[in-house]
Amino acid sequence: MQLTDEEKQIFCEVTGTFEVPEGAYNFRVNGKSIGRNSTDNIDVVPKKDKSGLDIYIKPGTKNETVHIPVAISVIGLEEDVYNDFHIGDNADVIIVAGCGIYNCGGQDSVHNGIHRFHVGKNAKIKYIEKHYGFGKGPGGKILNPTTEVELGENSEAVLELEQIRGVDSTIRTTTAALDKSAKLIVKERLLTHGRQTVESVYHVELNGQDSTADIDSRSIAQDYSRQLFKATIVGNNKCRGHSACDAIIMDGAEVHAIPALDAKTKNAELIHEAAIGKIASVELTKLMTLGLTQKEAESRIINGFLR
Amino acid sequence: MLELRDVSFSTRDGSKAKILDQISLVFKSNSLTAITGPNGSGKSTLADIIIGIKPATSGTITLDKEDITNLGITARAQKGIAYAFQQPVHLKGISVYELLNIASGELISKEDATQCLQKVGLSPEYLTREINDKLSGGELKRIEIASVLARNAKIIIFDEPEAGIDLWSFDNLVKVFKKLKSDNVTLIIISHQERILKLADEIIVLDGGKIKQKGTPAKLLPQLIRRGSCN
Repeated sequence: MQLTDEEKQIFCEVTGTFEVPEGAYNFRVNGKSIGRNSTDNIDVVPKKDKSGLDIYIKPGTKNETVHIPVAISVIGLEEDVYNDFHIGDNADVIIVAGCGIYNCGGQDSVHNGIHRFHVGKNAKIKYIEKHYGFGKGPGGKILNPTTEVELGENSEAVLELEQIRGVDSTIRTTTAALDKSAKLIVKERLLTHGRQTVESVYHVELNGQDSTADIDSRSIAQDYSRQLFKATIVGNNKCRGHSACDAIIMDGAEVHAIPALDAKTKNAELIHEAAIGKIASVELTKLMTLGLTQKEAESRIINGFLR
Repeated sequence: MLELRDVSFSTRDGSKAKILDQISLVFKSNSLTAITGPNGSGKSTLADIIIGIKPATSGTITLDKEDITNLGITARAQKGIAYAFQQPVHLKGISVYELLNIASGELISKEDATQCLQKVGLSPEYLTREINDKLSGGELKRIEIASVLARNAKIIIFDEPEAGIDLWSFDNLVKVFKKLKSDNVTLIIISHQERILKLADEIIVLDGGKIKQKGTPAKLLPQLIRRGSCN
């Protein structure tokens, strides 16, 4: 694969490696696939009617991975990408996605990624999505991910969603519908700085008996950035739902948290927690008594908080 | 040797209440000094001033003849003063192993970290635990003490170390103090516990921000027990 240094940096940030991964993958650069691989159990098929992929994971597929990172390095590129994951019953796979934008120009670069997961009975997925931006210039680095999850009976989805630095504007929309005994775990980690804005919206429908959802969002808002967290959990059956928004606010930033619970039956057990505050001075003091400077202590606390 | 000369501390609010008034103390190297006194007598403020958390309103503090009065928390820590907080702090996302690495100032092996935990009666499984509200008060207290032990400090201040060690025997805490003393560490322990006061070379009794009494355990303990000032 012929890649610029910036594109290599994006893929390294998003996938955690410079290497082409084993298993199924599709590497997308500036609107085009530059490398694609299917395996015996995972078929990666380009859509015919629009931009994106259909990814078919055979029932019973275990210990396999799918990597579908996206890089944008052309100034002013705007794209909508639709990826559908069809996960067969009893499968257990890891999906690594995410997008990075390098923009050093004056026009906005925009990626709207729409990911739909159709998870079969007793299947398990771990979805890791990292968003990243860099490059000086007034043009925005804008990423708007939409994640839709349908969880079949007794299935499980773990979503690890991370946006650490560099993305100027993002609207993150995550919806899920859970069948009987299905389980959704979301771990969201966000860091905004400068004048960046984040809107993170969740809507989870707990439809099946004994379905569970746990949304854990932690964020740091620095400088003059703004964050909005809205999470709605709807209990339509005997179920358990929990959402937590924990934010550290710094400088002149703003954080708004609007958790909502909607219980449609007395057997729905729903909890929400939201905590916004600055870094506790006792935490800084403790680390400084161990020999760290205030800046080092702040950095340790921020890194730990977002882990 | 740590020396406080005429150290006073007043609050900065409108009341300007005097919390410490002209305190002069010498903590000799390798000694164990116990500081006791009723609530509000200024014990924790004295510790905060030695650590650098609060600045003295007047007076001087010297460490091995170097004036450290105007140094901040970090600089004093780097000069070998350590502090075990009375109320351990939650550090969300930071593991016990990471804390011990920070405390020791270098990357330490899992074996060394395990040894550090064993000194406070915790198993190696705790190394991966996050220092958050899922740990009990007793566990947090022991991790706090372990973090201080990992510093290999010259001077350690313990603020009511006996508080919250419900799951760990008091005997082990006393053993830790004895071992530190034999390792030539200067100890300053704020406590109301008779068994800790007994270990001291000198007991300082604070009251109303002033030194009310000073002396050996043999001299002061019977009086403190009689007054019900220790348990």
